[in-house]
Amino acid sequence: MIEIKDLHKSYTMGSNVLHVLKGINFKAEDGELVAIMGSSGSGKSTLLNILGMLDEADSGEYTLDGVPIRDLTETKAAKYRNKFLGFVFQSFNLINYKNALENVALPLYYQRMPRKERHDKAMKYLEQVGLKEWAHHLPSELSGGQKQRVAIARAMAAEPKLLLADEPTGALDSTTSYEVMDLIQKINDAGNTILVVTHEEDIAHMCKRIIHLRDGVIVKDEKVEQVRASAYV
Amino acid sequence: MFNRDRWKEILEVLSSNWFRTLLTAFGVFWGILILIILLAAGKGLENGIKSDFGDIATNTMFMWSRNTTKAYKGLPNNRSYSFKLEDVTAIKDHVPHLRFISPRNQLGGFRGANNVVRGIKTGAFNVYGDYPEIINQDPMTITSGRFINHSDIADKRKVAIIGEGVRTSLYDVGEDVMGSYIKIQGVNFMVVGTYKKKANDGDGEEGQNQIFIPFTTFSQAFNRGNDVGWMAITAMDGHSISDLKERIIAIVKENRKIHPDDTRAVGYFDLYEQYNRVESLFAAMKLIAYFVGILVLLSGIIGVSNIMLIVVKERTKEIGIRRALGEDPWSIRKQILMESIFLTLFSGMAGIVFGALFIYGVNTLLELNGPVDMFINPSVSLGVVTGAMVILIVSGLLAGFIPAQSAIRVRPIEALRND
Ligand SMILES: Nc1ncnc2c1ncn2[C@@H]1O[C@H](COP(=O)(O)OP(=O)(O)O)[C@@H](O)[C@H]1O
Ligand SMILES: [Mg+2]
Repeated sequence: MIEIKDLHKSYTMGSNVLHVLKGINFKAEDGELVAIMGSSGSGKSTLLNILGMLDEADSGEYTLDGVPIRDLTETKAAKYRNKFLGFVFQSFNLINYKNALENVALPLYYQRMPRKERHDKAMKYLEQVGLKEWAHHLPSELSGGQKQRVAIARAMAAEPKLLLADEPTGALDSTTSYEVMDLIQKINDAGNTILVVTHEEDIAHMCKRIIHLRDGVIVKDEKVEQVRASAYV
Repeated sequence: MFNRDRWKEILEVLSSNWFRTLLTAFGVFWGILILIILLAAGKGLENGIKSDFGDIATNTMFMWSRNTTKAYKGLPNNRSYSFKLEDVTAIKDHVPHLRFISPRNQLGGFRGANNVVRGIKTGAFNVYGDYPEIINQDPMTITSGRFINHSDIADKRKVAIIGEGVRTSLYDVGEDVMGSYIKIQGVNFMVVGTYKKKANDGDGEEGQNQIFIPFTTFSQAFNRGNDVGWMAITAMDGHSISDLKERIIAIVKENRKIHPDDTRAVGYFDLYEQYNRVESLFAAMKLIAYFVGILVLLSGIIGVSNIMLIVVKERTKEIGIRRALGEDPWSIRKQILMESIFLTLFSGMAGIVFGALFIYGVNTLLELNGPVDMFINPSVSLGVVTGAMVILIVSGLLAGFIPAQSAIRVRPIEALRND
């Protein structure tokens, strides 16, 4: 599903060059649930953003589902993001003047799906995250956990090949975090490939594989026994 | 492109800060309003002044004889002469593109002695010997009967067409005019028509106190021989009488043995030149109206552009999210442009509507309070309104262009950053 080879990324700030990723190599197969762990500032988000084509690496190879990702124009990147990728962010990133349903329907709108179909599909995904009754509420009327569930529904609505979650539980209390992880596990159970960035041990152990990042390189890549979040809910 | 979702979004964005949107809209509204009012005022003035020209064929010159100011070919200086009928023929033969040449002779004039008698009533009127074509060059409305015709000219009929002013002076109210006789300097003429001239301010009274009789009859009755006192010459459309003037005058000078350099011997009035002068004055006024209006509009448009920049700035994060979800950069650009065009067009249309109402109001006031000197029916043409719309759409595009660029210049990753 994903293959990256010798990925480098550095940021230049004035005369300082900050080398964030110093040669990352890894592969993830279809249906994996991978946690990317590391302390704050270790480059987890940078890596995830490159995988999500929101940012570009300085060098290295990236293949997604057999498609080499390089020389991206903005238009092409937008198309790939829409077709291949779903994003979940720590701060939810819902559009505040659109209600839950409209938020979920957005990626479908960008696919030019007809209104009615889009509406039905968005409703289906909202139902899956248990928020059918909240479809017509604005994000400001939802709790943090509900917002993140809407965000997950939105990420899944376009049926992406890969779900990228950057600290999806970072802004949530532990009970709500487990609810969200439970949802992510269920989505993974259904066969979806998911990458979760986190710096929390317990969240990482709810995945099936943990990649440890330190000083811009992968220091450890382990398969783990998955802890089911439903046990805590 | 114009789907429901886009419209919904445009309205959502613009209505999220009503006060700001209205203030911004006001800039464009005001610019267009001023443009429309300036143009309408200019048109009103133009209509007012042009109505002074009446329906007269403006491509016309009038020509009369004066005393010579140079001796020539043995003839003395300060000689008085008269145009002849041969001159009319010569002009007809040698100058192309002329539509009408009307020679005229005249009796009476300003404060002349009484020259017309009917029974016990008398009056002093201008009496003209004319050709039928003169009615195109010196327009009047025939209120009863007819004007001079070619049979009158050929048969030298003693017929007259009198002004409404003449009728009031010489006839009792309700008295039948047609077929009655008036005596002009002792010669009897039968009245076959009455006319009324458009009241051009100043000489309105004078214009109604004229009597027209056939040119040939005039010459015979008042012993003018071949003399022609005056000529009205109109060029064909597409040819300017001002350009033909030189040749006409040269022919007359040659025929009348006037020194070619004697510039005073032939008096003339080039109506076309005067008219063009007025025309170019209005063209200049229109230019100024556009200039001022568009400058004001420009400041409104800069306001729109400014607000759109702020909106884009405020929506940086949202735009980042949308791009992360896979919205095409072109779609985002289009969205910003459409918001800008919508705002500009909408406020501009409000300006046009308001301006139209204002003009309508002024017209109603003008109608209620009677005509105002030199100001008639201020209006803007459909062409101007269409032009204004085009200006608005273009300016909306321009106003949105920089903000639209700035919206997609921010990379999604930066837009999404949490701080
Ligand atoms: N656009 C940027 N410009 C400069 N430095 C950046 C930028 N983005 C991230 N960094 C720096 O790169 C390092 C890694 O950041 P990040 O990938 O966000 O870490 P993590 O997500 O693991 O906390 C940090 O030191 C951060 O300050
Ligand atoms: Mg991070």
